[in-house]
Amino acid sequence: MANVKLKNVVKNYGSLEVVHGINLDVDHNEFVVFVGPSGCGKSTTLRMIAGLEKISGGEISIGDRVVNELPPRARNISMVFQNYALYPHMTVRENLGFTLRIAKKPQSEIDQAVAEASAILSLDPYLDRRPGELSGGQRQRVAMGRAIVRHPDIFLFDEPLSNLDAKLRAQMRVEIKKLHQKVQTTIIYVTHDQVEAMTLADRIVIMRDGYIEQQGTPLEVFEKPVNTFVATFIGSPPMNLLHGRADNSGKNITLDDGVNVAMPSRLAGKYADKDIIFGFRADNIMPVGHTLPQGDESVEIDMTVTLTEPLGAETLLFGEIGGTQVQAKMLNPRIVKPGEKLTFQIDLEKCHVFDAQSEMVLD
Amino acid sequence: MAMDINDKHRLKNRLLKAGHLIALFIAMCIICVPGLWVVVNSFRPTVEIMAKPPVWIPTEFNLDHYRAMFGAVGEGGIPVVRYFTNSLIISVTSTLIALLVGMAGGYAFARYRFKGKAAIFVGMMLTRAVPGIALSLPLFIVFARVGIIDTHFGLILAYVAMNVPFTIWLIDGFFRQVPKELAEAAEIDGCTRWQAFWKVEFPVAKAGIASAGIFAFLTSWNEYALASQLTRSVNSKTMPVGLLDFTSEFTLNWGGMSALAVVMIIPALILTFIVQKHLIAGLTFGGVKG
Repeated sequence: MANVKLKNVVKNYGSLEVVHGINLDVDHNEFVVFVGPSGCGKSTTLRMIAGLEKISGGEISIGDRVVNELPPRARNISMVFQNYALYPHMTVRENLGFTLRIAKKPQSEIDQAVAEASAILSLDPYLDRRPGELSGGQRQRVAMGRAIVRHPDIFLFDEPLSNLDAKLRAQMRVEIKKLHQKVQTTIIYVTHDQVEAMTLADRIVIMRDGYIEQQGTPLEVFEKPVNTFVATFIGSPPMNLLHGRADNSGKNITLDDGVNVAMPSRLAGKYADKDIIFGFRADNIMPVGHTLPQGDESVEIDMTVTLTEPLGAETLLFGEIGGTQVQAKMLNPRIVKPGEKLTFQIDLEKCHVFDAQSEMVLD
Repeated sequence: MAMDINDKHRLKNRLLKAGHLIALFIAMCIICVPGLWVVVNSFRPTVEIMAKPPVWIPTEFNLDHYRAMFGAVGEGGIPVVRYFTNSLIISVTSTLIALLVGMAGGYAFARYRFKGKAAIFVGMMLTRAVPGIALSLPLFIVFARVGIIDTHFGLILAYVAMNVPFTIWLIDGFFRQVPKELAEAAEIDGCTRWQAFWKVEFPVAKAGIASAGIFAFLTSWNEYALASQLTRSVNSKTMPVGLLDFTSEFTLNWGGMSALAVVMIIPALILTFIVQKHLIAGLTFGGVKG
């Protein structure tokens, strides 16, 4: 039970700097998810918090203790690894109790803690098996159990679900969330899967190339991405981005292929004569007659459908505007044939405008 | 028609299988006969061993060669017990040392990055390319100067040097198969680096280390070329060298040699079986995915 503070944390391997001065406050009991593409430094950051990697600069504190030089065992943390890292020569029971045996706790206490963890994760039938005799999901639960037994100040998860198949992953996601509600501990969780990040996190930290790009609640980062990277990384399908130019008045945008759209009114007149990137999600571009109730501001645009992905309740429509692929959503879908030309409505209130140079959001 | 084709293929498969078994039987015979011959010869009279044409099926079994071998020196006896003890002390000690060094070295090669790692590794492998016998003269000179000819210590030293590159190489391979996350998990669970090694990584790699141990032990146990140069007397002579006691100017005591060979083979067999059980019982790798 503790908060975690990262102050200007730097990591370099030789002359290669992979994490560039990260600042982050994780509150007590908060569920924070680091998300980003592979190589963005999220796992390295987690491993620095765990003490498995030395930090090259800055300061990490857990609770009110600076832990920069402390070995992992002195940090009172637990970690669940991507490949589970169960001890193959021990039974599930021994795996769970290992940390307490190392701490030389009395047997009665070990038994009780193991029973407790086993009950939380329904591991009772497997206690006397070895990890080799368990399925992927069961191993993952044992790994989580081993983490619980320790009663750590913080839980660290390093892509714990990426070895599981889709169905099991969804199931384990729920279990992890339940676990957090039950044990009430700070959790730092690393994933490259934005769905996991959105569904689990109290706060998402989006990383790229060793920098934190944005942090906020799942809805914040979804609704107000600070740059095009976050806009395309969070949300599925990714946000459509079209290059264009704001005219002299700053009230109109000419997209690359000559299509004109109005500047959203909250931005009208603020950015005249400027190269911009116009962004909108598939949820905000829908064929006329298959839309949500629209806001006051909308613009119509014709697009030829090139591909469809029926999902049941809705269909994803693929098309092109100015040579850039655009994905749109169709509610109450009817069958659409590739090649069909439809009129789409774009909800301007929900659109985003980014600076073409810096790719940062304009507001 | 279809039946015909199926019948043909069935017949063909059966013939192929029979052919495999026969070929396997012949190969096994060729491999096993010399060993069996040694065992058989140790139990039968010299006349029968020397018979031409050879007597394949022994007609008489007795323990004469064993009796003579363990008997008084003048009557064909040799100091078997001393040789056996020497062999045991030298092999066990050198194996243990080679294993310890091999574990340290293998672990370092498997886990750490350091300068010249590849070069050192290749260099160590190259030492295996030098035939032991080519080293016997230089070793003899050095050992003679230092005064460790005809001592346990001398042979142990030579065998450790011979086995260490091999054990490092083998154990390196086994530690590579142990995911480093296991040790990390152990460290997070409260272990020191040292505890993480002994409580997690070592037990997981144990089977592999044991097999390296068998190899090292058998190499030392059976080694003849160096031992024949570096030993002189019952102080340090090992069993392979002891075999030569059965040769004299004009005769070879084949029966006696066979008897000593059997005495040599038995402990090696027992050890291999004990450790092998360990190897099979070994590890179901399942701690990590993949």
